[in-house]
Amino acid sequence: MCKADEGHEHEHNHAHTHANGHTHSHPHSHEHTPGTRVRVEKDVLGKNDRLADYNRGWLAGRGVLALNLVSSPGAGKTTLLERTVRDLADLSPTVIEGDQETDRDAQRIRAAGCRAVQLNTGVGCHLDAAMVARGLEELNPAIGSVVFVENVGNLVCPAMFDLGERAKVVVCSVPEGDDKPLKYPHMFRAGRVVLLNKTDLLPYVPFDTERFIEGVRQVNPTLRVIPVSALRGDGLGEWYDWVRAQATRRLPAPV
Amino acid sequence: MHELGITQEVVSLATEHSGGRRVTRVVLEIGKLSGMLPDSVRFCFDLCAEGTVVEGAVLEIIETPGLARCRVCGGEVPLDRPFGQCVCGSTDLEWLSGDELRVKELEVV
Repeated sequence: MCKADEGHEHEHNHAHTHANGHTHSHPHSHEHTPGTRVRVEKDVLGKNDRLADYNRGWLAGRGVLALNLVSSPGAGKTTLLERTVRDLADLSPTVIEGDQETDRDAQRIRAAGCRAVQLNTGVGCHLDAAMVARGLEELNPAIGSVVFVENVGNLVCPAMFDLGERAKVVVCSVPEGDDKPLKYPHMFRAGRVVLLNKTDLLPYVPFDTERFIEGVRQVNPTLRVIPVSALRGDGLGEWYDWVRAQATRRLPAPV
Repeated sequence: MHELGITQEVVSLATEHSGGRRVTRVVLEIGKLSGMLPDSVRFCFDLCAEGTVVEGAVLEIIETPGLARCRVCGGEVPLDRPFGQCVCGSTDLEWLSGDELRVKELEVV
């Protein structure tokens, strides 16, 4: 830092020079090499969003409904899907599995009699639209079918990434606690429907369903909550009706 | 930690718009409701910029406050988290600002 009243000649390579004894009072924070400003004004997620739009077009062209299942790890997405793909076999479902490592979930889905593609994100904490584009191409779902995308178990990051899906389905389970909507509001805001899973455990764990629903309403008043037990089958009829309603909506209106 | 991937995207955008010149400053707008932590982005930035034309650049973050309009009464509701309640009692809010995640400008030499 240059003291203004010392009057020394400083050694910086300025464009202007000062005579000996000249005092200047400005601090030394000015730009030495002012650069050129370049206006950018680009959304950081723009590339992902464009790829998501590409996926949406790809899916619409084939009349395929894609649903993006998001939850924390262990909420029961795979168990839910094992049952769903069996019970909705008439919709020719297929599954894109996203996990950091292993193809364990894809194996479970295949064992349930359904085609599945496993995507491994490695260190990545979510699926993005580019990964799903590759997954869709490999999966090659039938015209008019339903694709379930099981995202990486993570209640934070997948909320930000549009994959080109029709809707995000949030799976939240009773043992996680009734405070999750307010603690992870981005995910509950991004979702279209919440499956409150593992309701068979309600007698054994402290969980206030009303408090959970109240939290959901605060974050996203239009979000529908469907209590289910993927293990026991409770409430799945309502979930299947919801999927079927979405599947009907995917077809273009008759001319 | 989606901030790492997002920050990589910030560096890519800056590189794309640099015209091959060295980037000395990146101005990034992060809305309060965007789900991004400015500190995490700062933490990742130098790491992501390493070995690119963005290496050594100053990251300037503009934080935009959250603002919503109530869908029931039309009133404006300031938000500092991604949900809130209007004075009329409604939680049905349309976001007006605060979800920005945008590279605004660069300085290149």
